[in-house]
Amino acid sequence: MMKLQKATSFALFAVLDLAAQPERPQSVIEIAERYGISAHHLAKVLRDLGRAGIVNSARGVGGGYRLVANPKRLTLLDIIQIFEPPGREPAGGNDPELATDAGRALRLVLDEIDEHVLATFRSITVSTMLKLMVRRPWSASLERSAPKAATGR
Amino acid sequence: MGGALQGPPMKLAATAEKSAALHIRQAVRADVPALIALDEEVTGLAKPKYWEEIFDRYGAPRRQPLFFLVAEQGGRIEGFIVGEVRAWEFGSPPCGWIFAIQVRPTTRLAGVATQLYNALCDAFRRTGVKKVRTMMARNNQLILSFFRSQGMMAGPFIELETTLE
Repeated sequence: MMKLQKATSFALFAVLDLAAQPERPQSVIEIAERYGISAHHLAKVLRDLGRAGIVNSARGVGGGYRLVANPKRLTLLDIIQIFEPPGREPAGGNDPELATDAGRALRLVLDEIDEHVLATFRSITVSTMLKLMVRRPWSASLERSAPKAATGR
Repeated sequence: MGGALQGPPMKLAATAEKSAALHIRQAVRADVPALIALDEEVTGLAKPKYWEEIFDRYGAPRRQPLFFLVAEQGGRIEGFIVGEVRAWEFGSPPCGWIFAIQVRPTTRLAGVATQLYNALCDAFRRTGVKKVRTMMARNNQLILSFFRSQGMMAGPFIELETTLE
């Protein structure tokens, strides 16, 4: 199963939080506490997002971070690529076994998976994620799997 | 028909008109020239024969659940959507398929595609189906993002292909 790096996940949480309340600046501590994550690590992530022009911050009373990118245009891939730049060497790098037919066939399959992953991240905007969070399509399956309350029988 | 779901130019025009005055209705024969011109404006390719055939198949009145809807504003066609209910292909129970959606580039970001999509979904609902599907090139970010924004997600099927040698 695909796994995002910690910094990427923190960035996505922060951006979604800021997009959900665009009128209210939020502090690093506030966001970190909500997700139970390291404020120190999150502060670094938010600085990176600031350098990328996705958020900005204001100091003082009423200060904090705000989303400045357009949530209808900002995609998950835009955020992920800041922390996990594309074009990295695949697992195994230039290992000689990858130059074999088996290695090339495996590479072809992994590339196919990568293309689907990229297309998915590229097509989902922050706005779409917010809608998904409101719709909560997972809640039905959670309810189905939740243990029933005791009935006294 | 998947070709009709082509990616329009990535440059998006600012909202030109309000969608409130928009009228969604079934396409009629007289719309076909405007549809051909709109498709050419979006894709850069004129396909008159193709759209005549599509209209004959989807636009003409019939009992089967085929839908060809247009969005009209001020007497001008601003967009269209084509779909139908299909059953038991790939083992799937009846479901709505969206084959084509296009909106004039200068009218984008005004909710035209959303209104067309909602109207088609309403039409599908009236037939009793519970699912709506579509298919497009995975590099077609604009259309892919649009359908994602409507709540669509990857379904249970995977499209495969090969080159015939």
